[in-house]
Amino acid sequence: MVQALGRLKESASQTAGPYVHIGLTPNFAGISGVYKRDLGTAMVNDKTRGERIRVNIRVIDGAGSPLNDALVEIWQADAAGIYNSPSDLRGSADPNFTGWGRLPTDMTTGECLFETIKPGRVPFFDGRKMAPHLTVWIVARGINIGLHTRMYFGDEETANAEDPVLMRIEQRERVSTLVAPRDGDVYKFDIHLQGINETVFFDI
Amino acid sequence: MTKSRLPANRTPEIGAFFPRDRNWHPPALTPAYKTSVLRSPQRPLLSLDNTLSELTGPVFGHNILGELDNDLIHNFAGPGKSAIGPRILVYGCLLDERGIGVAGALLEVWQANAGGRYRHKKETYLAPLDPNFGGCGRTITGEDGSYCFRTIQPGPYPWPNGPNDWRPAHIHFSIFGHGFAQRLITQMYFEGDPMIWRCPIVRTINDRRAIEGLIAALDMEATIPMDARAYKFDIVLRGRRSTLFENRIEGN
Ligand SMILES: [Fe+3]
Repeated sequence: MVQALGRLKESASQTAGPYVHIGLTPNFAGISGVYKRDLGTAMVNDKTRGERIRVNIRVIDGAGSPLNDALVEIWQADAAGIYNSPSDLRGSADPNFTGWGRLPTDMTTGECLFETIKPGRVPFFDGRKMAPHLTVWIVARGINIGLHTRMYFGDEETANAEDPVLMRIEQRERVSTLVAPRDGDVYKFDIHLQGINETVFFDI
Repeated sequence: MTKSRLPANRTPEIGAFFPRDRNWHPPALTPAYKTSVLRSPQRPLLSLDNTLSELTGPVFGHNILGELDNDLIHNFAGPGKSAIGPRILVYGCLLDERGIGVAGALLEVWQANAGGRYRHKKETYLAPLDPNFGGCGRTITGEDGSYCFRTIQPGPYPWPNGPNDWRPAHIHFSIFGHGFAQRLITQMYFEGDPMIWRCPIVRTINDRRAIEGLIAALDMEATIPMDARAYKFDIVLRGRRSTLFENRIEGN
């Protein structure tokens, strides 16, 4: 016999279900007066440093329909590439930028629109610079465990070409599933849960 | 969100998280839960050791909390009113896989009312709304990872899946840890509920022990006499490696 490692097991995930809005965006769900505003709806204020952008996200199922009941969270660095988190020991992030956003997809169009700034570059664990990106997390009815992916920026071709994470994708044609094209100040990111354009999801 | 919330004598941990045990969690495709069929990725996930993007995560200060946020009996009720149903306390500890309490983590909960009805425009169950029950609450864990909130026990409800599927009574939990890779949504069930083992959503989990880990224990010692029963629900997030010898280039 040897000593037991004594580890606990992570609590098993369960779907967020169709009523996730009640808990996470109650004002959107029509439950007013409990929380002043829904958390994660404002990432920036008028003092936030960096280039203002908008990110339009849709989550599309295996039949080609956008999910109108999903909840999307994004997490990103500030314009200087620093995360607003105690675990980022490299410096202080922009105090006027939360780095975290959360929105429900629209019940009719299935779209959500984040108002944010373009993040700076963050080092990979070996010191190489990653291209600017958002970490994206999706939950919904029918999704048993939250899906992690990343959104890269369509106008960052040079940085994307040397991104150590994108370089890990063996089927090169799938890299484009993580790159959102730019139109004015809007990046449009369609996330495909299934099919020939299935987005690359991460086990991180 | 501010870094000053950490006690001065504690530096944040920055080691990579232990990999998720994907056989312990439900798989994406679970045909008995029909909605998963068109919403489950079919390609393998891209495995990646954590970078700063996953090691870091948002932290929420107590300044976001209102006085009644962890009291679902009263946070939506009219003045002098309270929600209808069996009054309960739900308490426990948020731990990581090493058994260490996760401090300062935001927990958000939502649930149906005592009749099994949600306050939501897509809800179609005929059970009535309770005018004094909203169904959402939140709290932030203490230094030792402990948390507590007060609510009413939700009712079971039928849902469109098979011809006669019912959800066992449950409370939905959303949990932030210290890193975005720890992000988790799960559900809490109640000890002794015979509906648990019949539920297609519960049964998306293959390992019986993983299901048992989601069933809160009735704790009569923590009960408030003549007021509310208590259920203990500990939640475990991913643990992380020591940071001493992380895989980083020298001098970085
Ligand atoms: Fe539910």
